[in-house]
Amino acid sequence: MTAPALSLAHVRRVFGGVVALADLSLDIAAGEIVALVGDNGAGKSTLVKIIAGVLPPSGGRILLDGTEATMTSPADAQARGIQVVHQDLALADSQPVYMNLFLGRELTKGPLRRLDRRRMIAETERLVQALDVRIPSARAAIRDLSGGQRQGVAIARATHWASRVVLMDEPTAALGVAERERVERIIAGLRARSLAVLLISHSLDQVFRLADRICVLRRGVQIGVRRAAETTPNEIVGMITGAA
Amino acid sequence: MLRAPASLRGVDPARYVVYLGFLLVLGGFAVALRNDGFLSAANLLNIVQGATPVTVMSVGTVFVLTAGEIDLSIGSVVAVAALVGAIVLRGAPWWAAAAAALLAGGGIGLVNGALVAYLRLPSFLVTLATMGLLAGVARWLTDLRSVPITDDIFNGLFGSGALFGVPSLVLWTIATVVAGHFALRETKFGAHVLALGDSAAAARAAGIRVRRLRMQVLALSGATAALAGVLYAGRLNGARYSLGETDLLTVIAAVIVGGTRLSGGTGSVPGALVGALLMEMLNNGLILMGLAVSEQMMVRGVIILVAVALTLRERRV
Repeated sequence: MTAPALSLAHVRRVFGGVVALADLSLDIAAGEIVALVGDNGAGKSTLVKIIAGVLPPSGGRILLDGTEATMTSPADAQARGIQVVHQDLALADSQPVYMNLFLGRELTKGPLRRLDRRRMIAETERLVQALDVRIPSARAAIRDLSGGQRQGVAIARATHWASRVVLMDEPTAALGVAERERVERIIAGLRARSLAVLLISHSLDQVFRLADRICVLRRGVQIGVRRAAETTPNEIVGMITGAA
Repeated sequence: MLRAPASLRGVDPARYVVYLGFLLVLGGFAVALRNDGFLSAANLLNIVQGATPVTVMSVGTVFVLTAGEIDLSIGSVVAVAALVGAIVLRGAPWWAAAAAALLAGGGIGLVNGALVAYLRLPSFLVTLATMGLLAGVARWLTDLRSVPITDDIFNGLFGSGALFGVPSLVLWTIATVVAGHFALRETKFGAHVLALGDSAAAARAAGIRVRRLRMQVLALSGATAALAGVLYAGRLNGARYSLGETDLLTVIAAVIVGGTRLSGGTGSVPGALVGALLMEMLNNGLILMGLAVSEQMMVRGVIILVAVALTLRERRV
């Protein structure tokens, strides 16, 4: 059996005296989508920040493909193949799609290390086609794209640079119905690329449409993990609210 | 509402206003001053050379504004760098003096940048303070006295000299504009500056070292201001505390009119060059028209206002 792409073992995080996350253990295999659900303040964002290298955990271990990883910065996490699709997109609005895709990792050519725009545009076009992100052109400025197209670009960028894990923080929160469906199709397509996906969503419908498994948090405590096929929205709601 | 055709939608009309304005002002003066030699080669060359220090400063300022910062201290850096160069020149060769001036300017920029990047102070306030501080330093360095420069190499290289018949100030203009344009459009550094001014969060999320970049941009601005100071000193064969005193607003006007956004994310070095030439052409033409200094200032103010209004109108969303 191969080790899971991402493995969290007894991860906890304390802010001052407040326990934001207590003893969370979760494995995500390559090609698997796991949803993280819970009310506001349940600790979802804290967990994403820990995996993304923004916050160090107060305790516990993180393993990537079975090897323990201590990540001290977002750059560190990125170097280990972890990418985040942020809620607020984190795209540079006035720049074209291809520059956003390669932001921080621009391709260069020649002894003067000039930007290789042609190659970046070509790779961008190949990638958006493979992921079926429909944008007018790789040269289009981000601000001229719709919300769904922007999210598509953000996901394309994350999948391009992630070799292991993609974290998605409310990727469709700001989108209309049609756009949300398009983005969901893109996310579902990531299974085929053998990436481990951790999806944060407030929409249980979406979670059931996309996720293989669902991990429920409540006030920093891991309530349980269920296979999406073997549970019901009612059970998950009960776990989230503590009503069951 | 008219909508631009799809092929033009990505084109920002404001970017090209400066070129149109430049041609309009050029044409206006050419007609109004047709008997005063405005269009003579000698006068046009005068305009380019007169604009050189402002052009050089504008190149640095394009990077600073594009990165979403501002550097108000450039005018004072001009004077300090020129004086440092002139003082070093008393006992050292021309290259040591030029290097000392550039190091002084770059160093000041680095300090500005460190205060902005690491103490997280707004660049507006940091450089407002260093502007005043350095204006004091410039006065204190020589006790208000000007320092003459008699080194022929220095004065030739940075002032009145020429190479194959091309005046050295023209060469300095071409060199800084070409280098600045290349750095902004063709290098990772430029791409990161554009992204930083667009969205610091996006730049940081992409792994760009945002604080180091802010510092580099302000250091660059200090260095270009110092080069401008050296060029003033070479042209005037001396340095004094008042050099560059009135340049800050001219530079910012030239850069903004040239299509660089005050709020960051968009910048144009060729636009800044044309903006700087436009400012100098106004100076030159209004003098040739025989306007009094007070009238020149008023006309210049109105023209800059019109230019900035035209440039910025299209961009508000």
